[in-house]
Amino acid sequence: MAIIGNPKYEQRIERHLAKYETKRSAVMPLLYIAQEEYGWVNSDGIGEVAQILNLDPTQVKSIAGFYTMYSEKPKGKYWLQVCTDLPCALQGADDFHAWLKDELGVDEGGTTDDGLFTVEHVMCLAACDKAPMLQCNFRYVEELDQNKMRQLLAKWRSEANGRG
Amino acid sequence: MHILLRGRDIPNIKQLDVYEAHGGFDGLRKSLAMTPDQVIDVVKASGLRGRGGAGFPTGVKWSFIPQHEPIKYVTVNADESETGTFKDREIMEENPYQLIEGSLICAYAIQAKAVYIYLRGEFWDIGEQLDACIAALREENLVGENILGSGYDCEVYTHLGAGAYICGEESALLNSLEGYLGQPRVRPPFPAQKGGGLYKEATVVNNVETLANVPFIMTEGAPAFKAIGTEQSAGNKIYCVSGHVKRPGNYELPMGTTFRELLYEQAGGPLHDDRPFKAMLPSGGSGPIVPLTDEVLDTRMSYEDCAGIGTIIGSASIIIMDETVDMTWVASKVTKFFKHESCGKCTPCREGTYWLDKVIDRILDGRGTADDVKRIADVAENMAGTTLCALGDFAANPIIHTIRHFPDDFAQHVQA
Repeated sequence: MAIIGNPKYEQRIERHLAKYETKRSAVMPLLYIAQEEYGWVNSDGIGEVAQILNLDPTQVKSIAGFYTMYSEKPKGKYWLQVCTDLPCALQGADDFHAWLKDELGVDEGGTTDDGLFTVEHVMCLAACDKAPMLQCNFRYVEELDQNKMRQLLAKWRSEANGRG
Repeated sequence: MHILLRGRDIPNIKQLDVYEAHGGFDGLRKSLAMTPDQVIDVVKASGLRGRGGAGFPTGVKWSFIPQHEPIKYVTVNADESETGTFKDREIMEENPYQLIEGSLICAYAIQAKAVYIYLRGEFWDIGEQLDACIAALREENLVGENILGSGYDCEVYTHLGAGAYICGEESALLNSLEGYLGQPRVRPPFPAQKGGGLYKEATVVNNVETLANVPFIMTEGAPAFKAIGTEQSAGNKIYCVSGHVKRPGNYELPMGTTFRELLYEQAGGPLHDDRPFKAMLPSGGSGPIVPLTDEVLDTRMSYEDCAGIGTIIGSASIIIMDETVDMTWVASKVTKFFKHESCGKCTPCREGTYWLDKVIDRILDGRGTADDVKRIADVAENMAGTTLCALGDFAANPIIHTIRHFPDDFAQHVQA
């Protein structure tokens, strides 16, 4: 599909354009919509956002590249971002992150062969009292340990296989 | 008594009817019956200072807005990204209307046409909740045209960031909101001046916790607020405690409470009874680290007292480390944060954080020399004060102060 002319996004795009004094201000919310549609910020999405905002695609791409929440390459179905910043690391987040990569057999930033899980570390997510924690597709999962994580991985695998 | 974390005392205060039943929007009603200047005078008299970290007097900041300018804005800094900070999240999750009310009072005081709440992107669910709150307020004529028949119009919007610490810096936040790279601006002009704010209009940028204090100040009066805390640090503060304590979490206590009271009475003392506290970062990654000595523990948590022990209270994101923690590793962790978050605009910060990280890695690997320790101290000192925003200074702090207070932690890794 596309985001231009897609009834799923029409109202949201209109609402964002109405919020700001300039069209350009809507570039961040529109990039989120492009990411939602394509699963990552690809060149089609960048082109469409640029067209809606009367910007050059290069300008839109520079914004997408600056912020870590826009993904410039495809991710697994479950994008796992483990916070390993200082407060979480004091509660064992580095070991947890290493264990999780090992458990899934991926390197930093890598995706499992079945395309289900991408693992990477991120900076502080403002959940320091609930460490170790991660966000899965931008949803917080807190107070983790290996047992809880194994159960979650099993649940997500079963969801992805249509048995969830 | 909670002024801010009232969600802990009053169930369902996140619902508008419950919030209103507990005095919600009385502060706005009272403000609308006053002149904007009178509102600013009350906030000035309260002694409220910015809770984002810098501690600038809030009423004074508002008074910088030129009255004759036809278009003005309020921008709420809800980018909460400082390492160890998780207070604004609880305010917005559990007591969202109080933030919006405080924002509207600020907007009225400077006669702003709109409020933009800039949330870190990970807070998208909080953004959805705030959007629902704003819609409910519009139904009650508390947002939009002619608020409560006062003749004053104001819109409130949310905006999501997308993962960039630098956007918590006010001029970078404004650039980001305008759809440009989130990089700091050259000042002057300052945000409060024509040409320096959002869309080049005069703008107040305030932290979530700062604004959430304002309804109490308007309903209870400036003296009631000033009666809490110390001479130069009025009111309550939310202290975010993380790291090696038994009960990490948010604690709302008067400013001027001692670190000892917070860390032992409230947070339960050291995580492991046989591992005493070693060090504390009282303001996340960005403030100077201090050894947790008896003198420090007995220091009051206020702007003025923390200056006396060579650090800052800042946003009060208090990270505690016990005796097992190697301060070279801490310096490395915090440096990796700033290396990742440097926006790349100023050379000392962009290049400095890169080289600091490389050399600390070398030291931690056992390949460093005593000269390397001097080298990173030298690089850090050359970054401080040489950048457009404070991030360059923040990135220098963990190096300068860990080496100053814990030289043995570095010495153990290097050959003379």
